[in-house]
Amino acid sequence: MSTSAILAQAATEGLDAASAKGVSAAATAGTAYGLAAIGPGIGIGYLVGQSVQAMARQPEAAGMVRTTMFLGIAFTEALALIGFVVFILLKFA
Amino acid sequence: MLSVVLGALEFPPIDNLVVWPDAIEGTGFNKIAFINLFAVVATSLIFLIGARKKALVPKGMQNLAEASVDFIQKGIIDQAIGHGGAAYLPYLATIFFFVFFGNIFEIIPVIAMPANARMANPAFMGLLTLVFFVSVGIRHHGLRYFKDALFPPGVPKALYLLVTPIEFLSTFIVRPFSLAVRLFANMLAGHILLVTFAVLTIALFETIGVLSVIGIFSFGMLVGLTGFELMVSFLQAYVFAILAAVYIGGALHPDH
Repeated sequence: MSTSAILAQAATEGLDAASAKGVSAAATAGTAYGLAAIGPGIGIGYLVGQSVQAMARQPEAAGMVRTTMFLGIAFTEALALIGFVVFILLKFA
Repeated sequence: MLSVVLGALEFPPIDNLVVWPDAIEGTGFNKIAFINLFAVVATSLIFLIGARKKALVPKGMQNLAEASVDFIQKGIIDQAIGHGGAAYLPYLATIFFFVFFGNIFEIIPVIAMPANARMANPAFMGLLTLVFFVSVGIRHHGLRYFKDALFPPGVPKALYLLVTPIEFLSTFIVRPFSLAVRLFANMLAGHILLVTFAVLTIALFETIGVLSVIGIFSFGMLVGLTGFELMVSFLQAYVFAILAAVYIGGALHPDH
């Protein structure tokens, strides 16, 4: 039985409405953050990998590549961070 | 057994993250206000004391001030704005130091709270940056700045229906929003991570037997993450400043 099924069963069986809502909020929040982390994870991995390759091929351009890499990471990371904010909102709001 | 311990963990209530008690009762002056005040005073002192002597061979505070100005000039302005960027060094240096001091209190014991994990701080700086780069654009290009920003040249006329709303959203709404959310979420995530491992370490050390041995690893993680958060504090200040520089550069030379 999957975790969410167990949680759903627990929610219907013994728990009152408030804690059932809490459990489902926690499960949804975890799922939301997990989904939000996939894309940026792939993106940052690809970005840094390509940057390392660029620096290795042309060490004299390392400074420029590093700055651009941080910029790219900042933009890519924003999606994961919005996912994290959604997690906080779902869990606690 | 492990799940019993984990289930018994007592996390500080979430109110501690969103409501901070007053340091002096009834004044509204809390830890965040103290950190902000410290950041302002420390930044001013670094540059006031650094600029006092103007020695040819810098020492002490002057060395710190000159090294940081050099870093902001070479690492941020030259890369992101290009020529004509030196005029914006004071703003970027202020932003960099204010963000950095707000972040670094995350790992300073006793205080252990990043000021930028409260949305008011990053949101204000995001809006300030929006006002700043729009003013730079208006000052250098007049109202043509809005025309260039909203109707980029070289696009077929019919596509403006699609391009203009997207450009408006991405330039004037998403930029300050993403600046603020990036800083806020990074610092809050780091803070929660440190809290989690601190609570876990305490809980594991209080148990007797095998689990307190696992506590050593948890403590190691806590130490490692503290170092990681030191890096994150610096990196977020750098990223905030360089993104502000990129936006200012975009307003200054819209053609590239």
